[in-house]
Formats: sequence, structure tokens, C-alpha cells
Amino acid sequence: MSLLSLDQVTLRFGGVVAVNNVSLSVNEGEVFGLVGPNGAGKSTVFNLISRFYDPAEGSISFDGKNILKLGSDKVPSLGVARTFQNIELFEHATVLQNLLVGRHRHRKTNMLSEIFFTPAARKEERRHREAVEEVIDFLDLQPYRDKMIAGLPYGVRKVVELGRALASEPKLLLLDEPASGLSVEETQDMAYWIEDIQKQMGITVLMVEHDMGLVSSVCNRVLALNDGKELTTGTPAEVQSHPAVVEAYLGTDGISKT
Amino acid sequence: MRFVFKTSYDADINWFKHKTQAFWYFVLFALMLALPLYFYFLSDAYLLGEITSVMIFAIAAMGLMLLTGHTGLPSLGHATFMAMGCYLNVIYLNLGVPWLLSFVLAGATAGAVGTLIALPVLRLHGVYLALATLAMSILTGDFIVILEPWTGGISGLAVPDISIFGWEVNKYANPYRFYYVVLIIAIVIIMAYRNVLRTPLGRSFTAVRDSEISAQAMGINLTVTKSSSFFLSATTAGLAGALFGHSAGYVTNETFDVVMSITLLMMIVIGGLGFIHGAFFGAVVFGIIPVAIANGRSLLSTSFDININIPGLENGMFAVILIAFILFEPMGLYGRWLKIRTYFELFPFYRKDMFRRQKAYLKTERVQ
Ligand SMILES: Nc1ncnc2c1ncn2[C@@H]1O[C@H](COP(=O)(O)OP(=O)(O)OP(=O)(O)O)[C@@H](O)[C@H]1O
Ligand SMILES: [Mg+2]
Repeated sequence: MSLLSLDQVTLRFGGVVAVNNVSLSVNEGEVFGLVGPNGAGKSTVFNLISRFYDPAEGSISFDGKNILKLGSDKVPSLGVARTFQNIELFEHATVLQNLLVGRHRHRKTNMLSEIFFTPAARKEERRHREAVEEVIDFLDLQPYRDKMIAGLPYGVRKVVELGRALASEPKLLLLDEPASGLSVEETQDMAYWIEDIQKQMGITVLMVEHDMGLVSSVCNRVLALNDGKELTTGTPAEVQSHPAVVEAYLGTDGISKT
Repeated sequence: MRFVFKTSYDADINWFKHKTQAFWYFVLFALMLALPLYFYFLSDAYLLGEITSVMIFAIAAMGLMLLTGHTGLPSLGHATFMAMGCYLNVIYLNLGVPWLLSFVLAGATAGAVGTLIALPVLRLHGVYLALATLAMSILTGDFIVILEPWTGGISGLAVPDISIFGWEVNKYANPYRFYYVVLIIAIVIIMAYRNVLRTPLGRSFTAVRDSEISAQAMGINLTVTKSSSFFLSATTAGLAGALFGHSAGYVTNETFDVVMSITLLMMIVIGGLGFIHGAFFGAVVFGIIPVAIANGRSLLSTSFDININIPGLENGMFAVILIAFILFEPMGLYGRWLKIRTYFELFPFYRKDMFRRQKAYLKTERVQ
């Protein structure tokens, strides 16, 4: 069953057609890859799903609901969480606090009960902490738990951002280049985590990635994009050997075969 | 170095990290409670009155801290909310509303009206928001004149005494009582502030401060969050304004001027943006400097026969201190204190660059 579907979506930035008549459908429980050379429009697709941009044409639905009617802060409450290509964390807060913000869509308390910190607010707070501690264990973040983001190395930040998305207990996880800038070992860890996220947590994943090694090892299906247009969709192997994909990458040097 | 061994979620939720910390805050509380005794035996309550004023400004600074330090929205107009709280309190009192109710109501109305005024400018960022609030602060005096029937305009308005269930409090007749009233209100506001910071509301404030984009991606509504912060901030400033009125006894259109707004902002910057302590540290600095300058001046003239009479000396010194802080200690006085404490806790392992921020990773304006 399809969890997320884009139907003939187009978005223009002035003269640039960043996303050109793209349709895709992500099935529940799968890891779906989005590949393509730089500037292909991959991140723009994510920003469309996050409702940061309004498409010029087409429709986007999640879980059977048309999300184009919703504001960008309402999409997460349906169960969509994401990471950003250029890590967007809350710099002057600790790792723990960052993950706790991920819990925002589960907030049941209101301003008054929070100001007075009623027993109900304390109970809720414990529930949030419990969920966050689970994420910290899963991603091995204990050593950084109370550290400020501002002083953390790049690799750790990437993991914290993944953790913040997981803390929201999403149905669909959008990962924008989860392995970019990571070392070989860190990329390996990321691959294991994505597998666990899919198999054990049952979360559907849509990810953008340049590292074809990672894409082949975790993705069930892949869509290749170039100049905002869909080239082909299929298994990682099919897409990698598709003539149009090979051509799109030739000379662009954007692909790393591992 | 202390290792806190956490055994339950409450260890992170509670106000105090460990027993020693709770102990020191309790000592501080006991000292504050006992302080008036000292002045009572001295039978000179002048300094106690100064301390009370510092606390009132610390309350107002807490209001601004929530907005600027924790939500990242600068305001150069917080004296306006103090004015609203002050005048509304007097108006309610003159209508016969009991003080406790009138005080709370004045704060809440200042908060609500303040938020309504602020809603259109909350879309603005940084310097634009600062300018919009500055404009509001400049207009405040004019509005007080226009609203003369209620505010007394240029000729001013006398502030009635506090009366809590028949317990009369007048700053001049009984400075001790006034001190305790202000102290208790300050403590209640600190507790509320701490509660906000340990719950989703406070976290949504800091999230909006640090990254609006990912705050939205986590389901935080920017308008709701910013206006909540504005409401709480203006309410707190309004409460401080009401207390300020009782402290001054008489207010006119010139009482809550732009300089007061700017002073509040300077307080929280010097005290340390993003820390409740910063509001108090800043208010104390602003309380001490004029006294120190006056004492220094009289010392120079009596002991050394040097008379310094430079107009604007105080303002000049404030300016120098502010610039020095922004250049050398952007984390403010509280940040400096944290560094000193860490130095002793880790002795001899403290490294000079321990608090240095790593260079921010490349960030573009575009959402990537
Ligand atoms: N906010 C914007 N304003 C104008 N043009 C934009 C904007 N965002 C993206 N673009 C353009 O849209 C096209 C697609 O950009 P996008 O960021 O989606 O690429 P991408 O596939 O994510 O590339 P990369 O692999 O480099 O991240 C590019 O030509 C880019 O310049
Ligand atoms: Mg991109």
C-alpha cells in the first residue's frame, strides 16, 4: 500500500524547473531511494513534502490525505520526520534537548499545565524522556547526551539529527544525504541503522543519497532524477545500469561506485 | 569534578541537578529572607530600597530574557509593557479591584495587548523587529499623553498603596514589607520560568531561536510559539511595571522612556543571554554602577580633592562596559561565572578553548 504519493508534481524557481512533472509512490515498509546528479531537484522534492514550497502543479498525499492543504508545521503531526542536507540542529542546546524537541508532535500539555508543572505535566515529561532515552541507546549517543551541539564533530551531528527525527516516532522518515561527509565506518553504521529502522521499527524511509554503495545495500527501490525529471524507477541494480542514468552521470562525476 | 549518577528520568527533570546545588540555592533564599534584619538593626533602609529596585528590574529583565535570550526575538520596547502593567494596575486599583487581583490582571492585560500589538511585527526578524519595537517604545509617552483621562498625561498619576487582605504595604512607610512582596513575586516568576524551560513550551522557544526551519519540520508552529513567548514576556514585564509603579509612587509620561527599554536589553546582554541568572546579574550591575560612580566621585573629592564633573559619565561607562562585553564575553557575566566554576571543578585540566564554539558549518540561506 502506498504511504506517500506524489502525482505529476511540478515546481519552478523563476526560469528553473526544479521539479518537472514527477510522480512517485513510496510503499509502506520500504526504503525508497532518490538519486541523481547535483541540482537534480532531490532536496526540492523533500521540501515539497515538508510543505516549505507549494508545487505549481500536481498533488501530494500522505496516508491517503491530501497534504497540500496543510501548513509545514502540520505535516510532522501526521508522522513525517526529516533530516536536512546541511544539518539543521538547535546549536545552543544539548543533544538531549534537541531530541526532546523531536517529541513536539506528541505534546499533550498546554501552556498553563506547563507553567505550573502539574503532576500531569511531569508524567508527560517522563514519557518524553523515556522515548528519547530509547533513541539515545539505539544510536549510541550516551557519550554526547548532555553536550552542546555547538561543540560536536560533524559525524555526531548527523547522528543527532537522525535521532531527533526518530524521537518523533514517525511513520515516514525523510533522510537527505544521511551519509554525506561520513567516514567509511560511520557510513557502515548508518546502513545498519537504516536497516533496523525499516525492519525493527517498521518505519518507511525515503532517502536521498549519492553513495551508491549505501543505496544498493539498503534501498528496495530507487528513483533516478535528472534536471527535475524522472529518468527511471526500479531496483538499485536496474537503475544503476539504465542507459539514461549512466548518461546523466557521465562527465558529472557525481557518482561513486563502491 | 562531580559526576552525577542519574538513576531516574526525574534527575533530568528536577529543578536542581544534585543535593549540593539545592543546598546552595536554599542558603541564598535564607539570606534573602534574613536580609531586611540587617537593615532593620542598622535602622537605615535606603540600601534595601535599592535592592528592591534591582529585583524589580530583574523581573522585567526576566521577561525580556524569555523573548530575546530564549526565543531569539530582540525587543527594544519592553518599557512599553512595563508602562501598560503600571497604568493598568493603577486603573484597576482605582476602580476598587483588590490588589492581588489587580496586579495579576494588569500583567495579563499587558501581555494580551502587547501580543496583539506585536502580532503584525512578529514576522520580522533581527534588526527589523528591534526597530519596530523601538518605534513602539518611542510612541509610548505620546500615547500616555493622549490617554490623559486614564493616565493623567503630563501631570502624572499617583499610585495607590498595596493592600493584601488588609495588610498595607507602602514603600516609604514600610520598605521591609515591600521588599518581601517583591521577593516573593520574583521567586514565583523564577519558578514559573524554570517550569517553562523544562517542558515542551520552553523547548519550542529555543528551537525557534536556533533554527526556524527545523522547528517547523518538528511540528512547531512559528506564529503560535512566537506569540506565546511574547505573551509571557510582556506579562512578566507588565508585572514588573506594576511593582515599579508602587516603588516610584508617582508616574508620568516620561517615566517609561526609550532609555528604560534600552537599559533592559543591555542588562540581559551584560548578564548573559539565554540564562535566567543573566537577568539578575545584569540588573545587579545596573544597580551597582551608579552607586559605585557616586561613591568613587565623593571619595575622590573628599580624600584627594579631585572633582570630576563630567556630564554623561554614567551613560558613557555603561556604553564602554556593554561594548567590552560584546567583544570579550558574549556569554555575559553568567557565562564568565560558568567558566570560572568549570576551571576550579576541572583543575588542573581546564583548557582555554573549552567554551570556544567550533566554527559553524557551512550554512546557506536556502533550505537544503
Ligand atoms: N530556493 C531556491 N531558489 C532558487 N532556486 C533553487 C532553490 N532551491 C533549489 N533551487 C534550484 O533548483 C534545482 C534543484 O536543487 P536541489 O537543491 O533540489 O538539488 P539536489 O538534487 O538536492 O542537489 P544536491 O545533490 O546538490 O543536493 C537547482 O538548480 C537549484 O539551483
Ligand atoms: Mg540536495
